[in-house]
Amino acid sequence: MATGIKMRVRLQSGVAEVRVLISHPMETGRREDDAGKLVPAHFIQVLTATLNQKPVLEAQWGTGIARDPYLVFYVADARIGDTIGIEWHDNKGESGRHSIVVA
Amino acid sequence: MTGRRSILQMLLASLLLPLKALAAAWNRPAFEASTIDGAKQVLDMRAEENSAQIEIVAPDFAENGAVVQIEVMSRIAGTEAIAIFAERNPVPLVANFTFSHGAQPYVITRIKMAESQSLQVVVKAGGRYYQANRDVAVSEGGCG
Repeated sequence: MATGIKMRVRLQSGVAEVRVLISHPMETGRREDDAGKLVPAHFIQVLTATLNQKPVLEAQWGTGIARDPYLVFYVADARIGDTIGIEWHDNKGESGRHSIVVA
Repeated sequence: MTGRRSILQMLLASLLLPLKALAAAWNRPAFEASTIDGAKQVLDMRAEENSAQIEIVAPDFAENGAVVQIEVMSRIAGTEAIAIFAERNPVPLVANFTFSHGAQPYVITRIKMAESQSLQVVVKAGGRYYQANRDVAVSEGGCG
């Protein structure tokens, strides 16, 4: 299963706008497939973001986050050359991480 | 004995590290609550005041409840966390964001909405809770 992460960052007056798009099914566990069988729950539970390895954001998610989660957040006091990282963990023990350098 | 104990301690420490790296554990009971009040109780949210300092940008009318983009911003000084609830979703707690080290209390995300309902946002600031609501009409529910 593809679990790609796309990240973009834009620095504006010292504030980094970080846009994140994650490929993830975010299955609720209540949906039936074409054969009428319940598709097991599969969703991201925790996402953390860091600025130069320091935590800035922790997101706890349930099944109410849409498929292929999209998140925009803002980090003050960011500078060119800083690294912004994200990491997610889902209910099946899968995880993904990605980082981007502020340019 | 001390040698064995220190080896055990080292082993334990190495086992515990990845768990700590996982940051705070997922709040299962809060996400298993089937009502907003139940979830709030788990999150220890009490006596929220309505606040005009919380801005919720959402469509008045959402065609597809499977993907509804919302924007939530808190202008309350010292905002530590923003929780988003959808009262008529099977799981009312949608997300809980905690901010630190310069992250601004402002997020844009896309959520699922089972039906037309009021979104509720609860902000934690200085140990107190504030809330705001926003109605969204949904034509096709998206919580399947």
